[in-house]
Amino acid sequence: MKDILRLLLALTLIAGIAGLILSQVETATREPIKEQRRLQMLKALSAVLPEYTNSPDTDTATLENGVDKKGKPIQVIFYRGRKAEQLVGTAFKVVAPDGYSGNIFIMVGVKPDGQIIGIEILTHAETPGLGSKITDALFKDQFKGKDLDNIDWRVKKDGGEFDQITGATISPRAIVGAVKKGLEFYREHKVEILVPQVIPAPQGGVK
Amino acid sequence: MSMIRDFSKGIWQENAVFKLLLGMCPVLAVTTSAENGLGMGLATTFVLVCSNIVVALMRKVIPSGVRIPAFIIIIATFVTVVQLCMEAWVYDLYQALGIFIPLIVVNCLILGRAEAFASKNPVSRSAADGLGMGLGFTLALFMLGAVREIFGSGAILGFDLFGASYQPMLLMILPPGAFITLGLILALMSRLGREKNIKPQDGGHCG
Repeated sequence: MKDILRLLLALTLIAGIAGLILSQVETATREPIKEQRRLQMLKALSAVLPEYTNSPDTDTATLENGVDKKGKPIQVIFYRGRKAEQLVGTAFKVVAPDGYSGNIFIMVGVKPDGQIIGIEILTHAETPGLGSKITDALFKDQFKGKDLDNIDWRVKKDGGEFDQITGATISPRAIVGAVKKGLEFYREHKVEILVPQVIPAPQGGVK
Repeated sequence: MSMIRDFSKGIWQENAVFKLLLGMCPVLAVTTSAENGLGMGLATTFVLVCSNIVVALMRKVIPSGVRIPAFIIIIATFVTVVQLCMEAWVYDLYQALGIFIPLIVVNCLILGRAEAFASKNPVSRSAADGLGMGLGFTLALFMLGAVREIFGSGAILGFDLFGASYQPMLLMILPPGAFITLGLILALMSRLGREKNIKPQDGGHCG
């Protein structure tokens, strides 16, 4: 009995110390991690938006697009890039659920008229060396300047105009489909997305 | 003298992958390219050295009845601390290695060395053992990743080897390729070992 108590005490103590260390580290790293994620987001935004002077990660419009499996509404956030108060582009995240493995998250940037400025693959788990080529500029650049009407939104294998990747048709097909759906959603809700928002004048003025 | 041996035995004679068959899960899962193998190997080496040092420091205070759960807590704490710190301060490295870090907790090479070596030896020797074992693990992962990348993608460390006309052996970067490559390398090792009349080391076998 005494032995068991000793073991119990030792393990509790070790777990307690570990918990204490972890909570300290978590507190110390919480802010830097938040900042890193924000920078990462801004990097993706500046890759798909034209030059902007505001901070699009705070100038957003949030719309609901259907519900997920649990019945919760799916929120789509639109990040608006402005230059001299003028809207120059909108970026939003689309998800391709039908990739080869797992969801593919894509950031799409469009001009106010719905033409694509660029796309950026945020996260994916496609086969390395095959499906992972979706992150190559060669693949992503085909989307530049495209809108819903000026191209057939299918990969070549399905009779469309987008190049698939040798040995991997599933990943490009999933992306083309997801981006197309994103554009359609954008077109349907353009008014709500681009509604001029009252921007609080920055204190002290901007040079 | 003994410290040099503690260090060097892990690299070849008692190589974690080829001789002890420890830590097979990351060995098979992440070696789709030489770069991935190298990254996983180095991250594991870091955690292994740290956990060996801490376990060796605490080896006299941990009651033997609860030593395994105590080791696991130490290792898991370490891995989480490493992950949080990397995400907060070296985000680029975290992006490259991040997905491998949580896998390290379940790598039984680390628990194996804590149990078999660090819990019975002083800190300096445990650190040398951890470094040697870790580098041996890195070497093995790099070899496996290189073989699979050369055949499966026709490249090494991302550099194209055979030009565009090479038709990659897809199988090699898919899961079966890992088993085939590992099997062939193990067969080769045991053939070489037999000729030199060295008996294979007996070690624990687990995932």
